[in-house]
Amino acid sequence: MALTIQVNGKPREVQADAETPLLYALRNDLGLIGSRYGCGLGQCGACTVIIDGKPVQSCDVPVSAVVGKPITTVEALGTDAAMHPLQQAFIAEQAAQCGYCASGILMSAKALLDVNNNPSDAEIRKALEGNLCRCGTHSRILRAIKRAAKELRGEQ
Amino acid sequence: MAQANTAAPARKLPGSLDTNRRLDRWLSINADGTVTLYTGKVEIGQGILTAVMQMTAEELDIDVSRIRLKAASTAFSPDEGITSGSRSIQESGLALRHVAAETRDLLLTRAAQKLGVTLESLTVADGVVSARGGGSVTYWELATPDLLAREATFDITAKLPQEHVVVGTSLERVDIPNKVTGKPSFVQDMQPEGLLHGRISRPPGPKATLKAIDLKEVEQMPGVVAVVRDGNFLGVVAQREEQAIRAERRLARIAQWNNGPELPANDPRHLLTLQAQAESEVISTKGDPSTAGAKQLSAEYTKPYLAHASLAPSCALAQWGSGADSGKLWIWTHSQGIYPLRGDMAQVLGMPEQDIIITHAEGAGCYGHNAADDVTLDAVLLARAVPGKPVRVQWMREDEFAWEPFSSPMVVRLNASLDDKGNIVNWGHELWSHAHSTRPGGKGGVNLLAAWHLEKPLPAAKPGNPPLPGGGSHRNAVPLYDFPNQKVTNHLIRQSPLRTSALRALGGHANAYAIECFIDELAEAAGADPVEFRLRHLIDPRAKAVIEKVAQMARWKPNEKGDGERGRGIGFARYKNLAAYIAVIAEVHIAEDVRVTKLWGAVDVGQAINPDGVINQIEGGMIQSASWTLKERVDFDKVGITTRNWLDYPILSFVEVPEIEVALINRPEAPPVGAGEGTQGPVSGAIGNAIYNAIGARLRDMPFTRDRIVAALSA
Repeated sequence: MALTIQVNGKPREVQADAETPLLYALRNDLGLIGSRYGCGLGQCGACTVIIDGKPVQSCDVPVSAVVGKPITTVEALGTDAAMHPLQQAFIAEQAAQCGYCASGILMSAKALLDVNNNPSDAEIRKALEGNLCRCGTHSRILRAIKRAAKELRGEQ
Repeated sequence: MAQANTAAPARKLPGSLDTNRRLDRWLSINADGTVTLYTGKVEIGQGILTAVMQMTAEELDIDVSRIRLKAASTAFSPDEGITSGSRSIQESGLALRHVAAETRDLLLTRAAQKLGVTLESLTVADGVVSARGGGSVTYWELATPDLLAREATFDITAKLPQEHVVVGTSLERVDIPNKVTGKPSFVQDMQPEGLLHGRISRPPGPKATLKAIDLKEVEQMPGVVAVVRDGNFLGVVAQREEQAIRAERRLARIAQWNNGPELPANDPRHLLTLQAQAESEVISTKGDPSTAGAKQLSAEYTKPYLAHASLAPSCALAQWGSGADSGKLWIWTHSQGIYPLRGDMAQVLGMPEQDIIITHAEGAGCYGHNAADDVTLDAVLLARAVPGKPVRVQWMREDEFAWEPFSSPMVVRLNASLDDKGNIVNWGHELWSHAHSTRPGGKGGVNLLAAWHLEKPLPAAKPGNPPLPGGGSHRNAVPLYDFPNQKVTNHLIRQSPLRTSALRALGGHANAYAIECFIDELAEAAGADPVEFRLRHLIDPRAKAVIEKVAQMARWKPNEKGDGERGRGIGFARYKNLAAYIAVIAEVHIAEDVRVTKLWGAVDVGQAINPDGVINQIEGGMIQSASWTLKERVDFDKVGITTRNWLDYPILSFVEVPEIEVALINRPEAPPVGAGEGTQGPVSGAIGNAIYNAIGARLRDMPFTRDRIVAALSA
């Protein structure tokens, strides 16, 4: 069965059953592999995308539930020529080891900075509560998000 | 005098060059102005590829951007065994450093001939060789395929540390841009044409057997292409990923299993009941281990089964050849050892190794032997049902927790005597552990999960224990401290109720943790400050230097005491007693939760090839060890593993992670050593000591959960 969803500003058709998790439609139907499977249970955040302005774990939401809602994935965060300040900051701070958690964290961070471009350390930590990192790059990630916020505020 | 007429034995070459001696196995200089680098080591999030690129660029005098990395493959890569033990810089890095130095020399020799000048008159800048009196030629013009078709001679000396311009700088990691822009970066992301998806339905416990199953019902499900049963191995291949998952869930519902023998209680001290099976060996004695002092102390420390808990469940792709390619097998895997894996795979499949082509593709960080190899055989067995089609198998989160090999539980018993001056005059260390090394490539069997579940199962290889000085269960069991009398005993119980294998630091985690806690217990009995007490028992100046450095960073006050909620403690070790020196101070806050609020680390890895890369590894190791120490334990009941997801196995979250401050003592003149594992024991020790310092309760059984702290306070 074909469903049409709004991904990164475009209508996209996916040949998936209604209850198929959005994650598989993004990865396997649309080739948007930046969102990654980590648990399938909404516990780790590796699959986080932004829907209606909010960070959502795409492994845990059926594709039929997001029809008509704007979905943003990490692929639309920036372009290679013009990376989003968050992406630039992750590179500047070398805020990754294996990087499997990175795209989900970037999307959670974007959802935060979209509504609050001057978050406190505690607010950033809270916003990332649903994202796990196993390599232990947390302190670099926190630094990178602060750096990106500063950039977005026009302070650097 | 008689002349020896036998040929001189081959010279020992640096790192993995010794066993892969041809230069062209490592490098090629290309006409298009690039250099291709073939390393047998693999990226597991530790930044190794960036570091070896730096070492190569340094010796060749080229810009790093010219280097192209070839993913490790059994089709052409040097066999460097397994990427583990924090040995990649020593093995692959030093090999490439030397290969690059010889390559540069060969190129300069050609340049001198071509330009008609002496070698001494030549200089190189980014691959352009110039003669002092004029004239120049490039590497790209000079190189021909025969240039490197020779063995290394070891007649050429690499640059001196003071000549380094690329090594020692914090070059940005080459893989991060793709990872932050959502580009295909992992084996999980491979989507070749015609890809099918597989899932495995595992037994309820390690020794359960399949009684009955009706495969028809599942074969008729939407999208299902094949259902594979071979003994107790059960899996499904489907067109779409979610179809494979649904079909696997149905298999799980309808399969009837006989549970295997009951598992014991989940207590590390179960090891002590297995003494009859132990291989007990005294691994160090000094002086008279029966020496008694003015005061005697003893204590027992434990750690539980731990999971690697990679963020990505393990994944592999396999494709069997069809038609003209029949009998060939292509594999893509995030295994840490493609050659050992190929050897085991050939045994399972009964086919020649050269018909199996294994190529590495990155997975998530693994921190040791996780399920990377196991899922590879799963993919191969499922793909065999659909020749000519690539099959991707990714384990579900539940599979990863239930079936990855765990880190062994351990019990460490320490005893010591203090003389009347408060110095340690005698030291005893006994440890009990299962094996820490059951990777593929073992002797007398096959170390791949599915191989044990087949109709005709293959036996597992004998669980291994890497020998000293690096050691496995006994890694870091011999104290680096200088005691006049000591005895260290290793009780290795190879067979374990649950499969155990390598996790970051192996036995070095529990051994160093126990030693560091006990040192604090002794310091207190001696009325000494923990920092001063350590320094007075150490001779090695590099060991002392990291301890002094971390004390200075944290503004440690002699004999500082916690306030009932907050406190600080120190831990130290030299990894494997031969690699990185690491000292850590932890600050804890015990209130509603047990929190590590800050960690300071001082580190000496000899020559730091990429200082920021080293610091990144150290920070990561510190946070992961804090997570192990405070929260982690694999749970099981009589039938099987009950830890199945992140709620069952919480790790430190963004809300909980400590602030972290790391200082590097760079020693460009000292050989470079790995940074990935040495933090694990010192951090656990520092946290144990900080908790004691804060609240006066000594916790000796990890993890240090709130319940255990409450119990210790009321004891």
